[in-house]
Amino acid sequence: MKDRTFFWFILPTLSAMILFIALPIVSVFVQSLHIQHEQVLVVSESCGPFGCEETSAVDQEATRALREAQPLGKFNGLRTYINRSHLAFAEIAEEWRAADSLGTFLARVYNLPFYKALAFTLTYTAVVTPFVLALGLAVAVGVNSLPKLLKGPTIFVSLLPMIVTPLVGSLILFWMVDGDGVIGATLQRVFDDPSLSLKASPTLTWIMLMVYGIWHSLPFSFIVFYAGLQTVPKDTMEAAMIDGATTWQRLRFVTIPHLAPLATFVTLMQLMDNFRVFEPIISFQAQAHATSLSVVIFNDLRESGNPLYGSAGATSMMTIIGVAILLTPVLIRTWKAGRASAAKAH
Amino acid sequence: MTTKALSRTTPLTVISFALVAAWLVIAAFPFLWTLWGSFKVQADFFSKADWTNALRGVETLRETGSAFTGQGYYGAWVQEDFWRAVLNTGIVVFFTVIISLTFGTLGGYALARSGKRYAFWILMAALVFRAMPHITLVSGYLLPFFEWNVWGILPTTIVVLVAINQPFTLWMLHSFFLNIPKDMDESAMVDGCTRFQAFRHVIIPVMWPGVITTGLFSFLLAYNDFAVTSMLLSEQNQTMIPAIASFLGSTQVEGNVMFAVAAVVSATAPLFVLVMVFQRQIVSGLTAGAVKG
Repeated sequence: MKDRTFFWFILPTLSAMILFIALPIVSVFVQSLHIQHEQVLVVSESCGPFGCEETSAVDQEATRALREAQPLGKFNGLRTYINRSHLAFAEIAEEWRAADSLGTFLARVYNLPFYKALAFTLTYTAVVTPFVLALGLAVAVGVNSLPKLLKGPTIFVSLLPMIVTPLVGSLILFWMVDGDGVIGATLQRVFDDPSLSLKASPTLTWIMLMVYGIWHSLPFSFIVFYAGLQTVPKDTMEAAMIDGATTWQRLRFVTIPHLAPLATFVTLMQLMDNFRVFEPIISFQAQAHATSLSVVIFNDLRESGNPLYGSAGATSMMTIIGVAILLTPVLIRTWKAGRASAAKAH
Repeated sequence: MTTKALSRTTPLTVISFALVAAWLVIAAFPFLWTLWGSFKVQADFFSKADWTNALRGVETLRETGSAFTGQGYYGAWVQEDFWRAVLNTGIVVFFTVIISLTFGTLGGYALARSGKRYAFWILMAALVFRAMPHITLVSGYLLPFFEWNVWGILPTTIVVLVAINQPFTLWMLHSFFLNIPKDMDESAMVDGCTRFQAFRHVIIPVMWPGVITTGLFSFLLAYNDFAVTSMLLSEQNQTMIPAIASFLGSTQVEGNVMFAVAAVVSATAPLFVLVMVFQRQIVSGLTAGAVKG
């Protein structure tokens, strides 16, 4: 295709991506280097019979004017990145000196908002991803051996947790595990503890969120593995059977190696998706016990009437760096595939 | 003989059947429960004393005189103006899908037919863009949108959703167009068509299966979005998902959780129909990237 024609074909989509994905990333970076203006203080001296007294008051008018004139705020360099609500280097150094054991040190660091969010995000990603892979494979193998008539309806039902809006899906589960909901009330009866509440304990909240994550993502890995199972080479399977391989051995030595590339694909997609976990924490109203990087950004922007653009920008930049690290293997893989197919074409 | 041996009942197959059955219950039960419960009153849906109350509707019978009630739906749709959010969602989703697909087919076609180095780079960039968490992008939009006075209106949200949709749409349509033989449009060009005429008369008539599959995923992205719509739309322009989220804040105080339950069921119903009608396309779309890559 001629360069000129190519340009006109690609123009709409490329300009959309540059204007609303690439530039916002730049804008986020610029915002993260700025901080909101402080309030303008006016100092007035009032003299009475017992001497003079200095009082300072906030000049609302001037503050608003200043903020309107320079909505970005004033330049702050990288200071937002290292303040208490982000990387908090000073606080960590302080805790390191003060803490008497590694345990207390980690506990203190965990109380810093950025590290708290990071801890949950990483744990969530690390726990949900393997569960989704293993259970998805198990369900796929199970569905594959179902009679043909049942496969369609089974796949229909299996797709639902993934297709449904994440916010809505997590709300549905949230209502069920509520102290008065069907699961919550049943659990209270089973453990004979009327005060048992999944929302009150941090550990249970984490477990609940991860169970939701597995429920939501399992269909994706199931569908991919199920499609992969349709292409398992029949010859190899028969040869294995003639050699006397048991069902388990056939699964272990024929099916699973065949599915390995798909597993890599699912893992990479899951790592990226789980890293941005957001909606369930909002739905479960779990922010007291579990926050993620996305939720921290959301809260900064939601700061009523007075969004903290600088703070949100700094967290966003660090999230983007995290995504970039996770993405590197995908990029290398696609890069190699692209090179290979280009080499084939020549 | 092979098929017989393959389908022999072993402990492993029994276990896998049990697992599938358990998964089906876990996947479907929350939806059935909420659908059934949305026609009850709150005292039944959240019944501490006896969970079967929610099935039989004891309190519903006492309060309304019938085992089923549409109170939740009336409250959500009429009292709380949920219909307005539904309408907004309709507008946003419709335009997002149409514009995404128009941009995406043009771009995807060009990328599939180019074979130049820069085409590969654009695809790589799209892959990076696709991985960006939406909320980080939103934090880049807010300030400029406030400054330009375009915050809170539907067109802004549509444009943003179209842009966020592009990386995925491009990749999917790109791989779809690769499967349409090059000879088709190239022979049309030998006959004197321009590139665009070849696209218009030869490619467009055969591209619909791929476009429909891609369109489904664009639809899901726009319909399910919370990060963008909740931050970029003003109160009266809210779409369904942020409306449901804001319901929660207000209704729990008033004890009208059932409004939110009814709204949730209303928002989920179209997705059910979608999966039912387009199950095959959704499955093929999900696996397209995996099986080929």
